[in-house]
Amino acid sequence: MAEIIFIHHSGEKSVVEASDGMSVMNAAVDNGVAGIDADCGGECSCATCHVLVDEGWLSKVGSISTQEENMLDLNPDRQSNSRLSCQIAVTDELDGIVINLPEFQY
Amino acid sequence: MSETTMTEERITDPYSIPLDGDFHVARGSLFQDNVHEAWFERLRTEAPVHYCENSEFGAYWSVSKYEDIMFVDKNHDLFSSEPAITIMDMQEDFPLPMFIAMDQPKHDVQRATVSPAVQPVNLAKMEGLIRERIGTILDGLPIGEEFDWVDRVSIELTTQMLATLFDFPFEERRKLTRWSDVATSSPGDNTVESEDARRAELYECVEYFTRLWHERVGKPGTDLISMLANAESTKDLVNNPAEYLGNLILLIVGGNDTTRNSISGGVLALNQFPAEYDKLRQDHSLIRTLVPEIIRWQTPLTHMRRVATQDTEVGGKLIKKGDKVVMWYVSGNRDETVIDRPKELVIDRKKPREHLSFGFGIHRCMGNRLAEMQLRVTWEEIMKRFEFVEVVGEPVRTLHTLIKGYTELPVVLHSKK
Repeated sequence: MAEIIFIHHSGEKSVVEASDGMSVMNAAVDNGVAGIDADCGGECSCATCHVLVDEGWLSKVGSISTQEENMLDLNPDRQSNSRLSCQIAVTDELDGIVINLPEFQY
Repeated sequence: MSETTMTEERITDPYSIPLDGDFHVARGSLFQDNVHEAWFERLRTEAPVHYCENSEFGAYWSVSKYEDIMFVDKNHDLFSSEPAITIMDMQEDFPLPMFIAMDQPKHDVQRATVSPAVQPVNLAKMEGLIRERIGTILDGLPIGEEFDWVDRVSIELTTQMLATLFDFPFEERRKLTRWSDVATSSPGDNTVESEDARRAELYECVEYFTRLWHERVGKPGTDLISMLANAESTKDLVNNPAEYLGNLILLIVGGNDTTRNSISGGVLALNQFPAEYDKLRQDHSLIRTLVPEIIRWQTPLTHMRRVATQDTEVGGKLIKKGDKVVMWYVSGNRDETVIDRPKELVIDRKKPREHLSFGFGIHRCMGNRLAEMQLRVTWEEIMKRFEFVEVVGEPVRTLHTLIKGYTELPVVLHSKK
């Protein structure tokens, strides 16, 4: 289990409980956190679950696959801490992670 | 470019012929006659990955189920977008390279140059202007009198939008509509007389845009032509007229026909599902979910095609290196194993954005947010003004294997009481 803190573009917070093995994207969508579209349903093929991982947590969210790299690259708004949330698996280690949501999905 | 002709005998019932190597779904007449759904239903049920051996486009695989389409679309290494992304092959003596029909790395570089023009943060800045233009078009329509929605609204609106994106001389904007129609036409389909005439008009298009390019070199702007002319990776594009034309056609057709037909399709769908129209009348906030649902229901592009780069198994069939593979989005969007009541327009679906119309993977529609914004603002402005956009006759559908749309849609407007 991990507590995930989503910070919306407006500054508002949504805090959700997520179980191990699910993705950060699912944690958001299942709990009705607005701002993540996830059009492809977690296939790493649409880049509409884009998030900005709080810098302090970047080392804990795993590496970026080639496919994720390709999809992130489509987005002109990509930042150094950009990730696709469907590609981040929830683990106990992520308890308390801070995820910032972009103003727009691509 | 051989398109289905009017003289061909039209088979309408897919169960009247055997499901063998001659079973051929890439026929414009199936879409024009609006009988395609049963053909794809048969494929999904009996042969989800099917090999057609004989067609005017050569042999091709049809992939008709949602998950198999997703697999092909996301695996761009296994399935190349070169040399073309529609079932029709490029004409050897008239090649038109465009980035959608390129693989990595060139695709990524060219796409990155133009994609900022349609990224959401820039679209938000344009929304006010778009709303104003849509409002003007809608305010100019007659009430209680029959007219053609396609011409007066769908074409006019998307053409104005395209002119805005290109910063194209506004009074000459119907040239864009014409070039879009010409680019996707074939001789004898009532748009052009001959292939020579078609090419002559496309040369005119590239000449016109070459002039605009030279006017804009060195002057940074946010329109698509200024962006191409002033970006390091594309600044020489104008010296390669075929590639410049190819990319222009991509942007003109991509930004025009698709949205045009979704605007018409939405009106038709709400007329066919009146209970949904009632829901919308009661709650305009449903426009948010109505828009992606219209795009799914309409599926303005029937397919995209790939070429296998190596032997690959899809849905239990072995696709050989070099085979042509057609992903039928129009079928995947009716796949009952993924989408509940897929034939119906349901404007408050839980996951309305889960559809194939924009494709998936690195070639996913670059303008998807622009299309959605145009549709959203259009419906917001329609619902403010009209109680009912009533379809009063049969729509005339487009004869095309790729573009699923309408050439006429007679309507009568009813104002709010």
